[in-house]
Amino acid sequence: MATPLTDKKKQVVLTGNSAVAYAMKQIDPDVCAAYPITPSTAIMEEFSSYYADGKVSTELVTVESEHSAMSACVGAAAAGARVMTATSSQGLALMWEVLYIASGMRLPVVMAVVNRALSAPINIHCDHSDSMGARDSGWIQIYSETVQEAYDNLFQAVRIAEDHRVLTPAMVCLDGFITSHAIENLTLIEDGDVKDFVGEFEPKQSLLDTGHPITMGAMTLPEYYIDFKYEQSKAIRGAKEVVIEVGREFGERFGREYGLMECYRLDDADVAIVVLSSAAGTTKVAVDRLRDQGKKVGLLRPRLYRPFPHEEIASALMGVKAVCVLDRADSMSGFGGPLFTDVRSALYGRDSAPKVIGRIFGLGGRDYKVEDAEAVFDELYNVLETGEAGKLTGYITI
Amino acid sequence: MKKDCEEKKEVPLGGVIHKAGNAHDYVTGGWRKLRPVLDKDKCTNCLICWVMCPDSAVIAEDGKMVGFDLEHCKGCGICAMECPDKVKAITMEEEEA
Repeated sequence: MATPLTDKKKQVVLTGNSAVAYAMKQIDPDVCAAYPITPSTAIMEEFSSYYADGKVSTELVTVESEHSAMSACVGAAAAGARVMTATSSQGLALMWEVLYIASGMRLPVVMAVVNRALSAPINIHCDHSDSMGARDSGWIQIYSETVQEAYDNLFQAVRIAEDHRVLTPAMVCLDGFITSHAIENLTLIEDGDVKDFVGEFEPKQSLLDTGHPITMGAMTLPEYYIDFKYEQSKAIRGAKEVVIEVGREFGERFGREYGLMECYRLDDADVAIVVLSSAAGTTKVAVDRLRDQGKKVGLLRPRLYRPFPHEEIASALMGVKAVCVLDRADSMSGFGGPLFTDVRSALYGRDSAPKVIGRIFGLGGRDYKVEDAEAVFDELYNVLETGEAGKLTGYITI
Repeated sequence: MKKDCEEKKEVPLGGVIHKAGNAHDYVTGGWRKLRPVLDKDKCTNCLICWVMCPDSAVIAEDGKMVGFDLEHCKGCGICAMECPDKVKAITMEEEEA
């Protein structure tokens, strides 16, 4: 159970899961569906304690599977409720078909995804295979580097998903065990300030609005289906602007501003690594070490991955000469990992774009050390010296 | 002429239907391969077919079975199947091409 050790600066020490559960308590959603799965179990476990202690007014629905969890979320959101849940790995996989229903019906469900590898072989540790498989499901995806960011992202996700210009579900991803179970310092926000920031959910249409009866989830044949998908695609792409607005407002209110990505010592960098989530922290240490040796290295950490801010990411990398995109998921027989494909595609066709290589790393919780990041920078310098990209895709940390 | 995507038709958010009861306007009878045919001499007006029809395509008036709404009957044959064994007043016949 999370007992924040409050000091004068409101600094506390919490695990990622405890911080997410605490954020959910502060948001106090109308409905939560709960089904446990490692490593996200503690989120719903601690939230259940808040529920049992009467700290939240949420309707907690304990279901028999993740398929049912997401189905309960869809039903409750269709009724006009603010809805949240959490899952990982196989749990997210079991939600698959319902993910598309939530996004297609434009229901702003918010879900914490604690990233974990997919079976087989069965493995409970971190990689991004679970959420990467859901990248085309029409959900917004925000990746968090730290416990603080996971906590902050949850509030922002509620605002982004429920914005009437967006009305699209959102996942807040954090790394299994590395972030979910590690204890970090963070600054909490006062309950009242959270309430002011997230506000009340005002559904644009709902099944419980008996004055305006509607049918939801009806069949749509070739005359209209593509038109609905076109509108949905436009809405999720438009979420990018809302992410920027909400991140800026969050910064004004609480002093921690968030954007589409984080650029670390990238301005004058010759070579750079692009990587999501907690591995960016390790990479920053390598960047600092190499900078101390006079090497111009940098990092780009996308925060918003869906919708993919391709223009902004490409622009940020245009001054760099060689880039390595690190993927903590393999798209098995595709051309490199998913982030690699997206970044390289964003740069394709631009004059004097950097050379881009991709490496798969850290699957199933394999450690990614500072030395691994340094080895990638070495490889990038080799690309610079030879002028050849060499091996475009491959694995590291094996 | 090439249609500009920005001028495409407006569709309701999330595919909802705002007008209640508009399924009636959607004629599904064209899907039918087998047509239910009623033998009124055998029918006992038990109305099991009326209860079981998933498309509300059995027409009953004053407690009596009077026939089928062929604009909406999809020809599933549930009525013929459910008609009691001792009665068997409904048979499914091939629609003419």
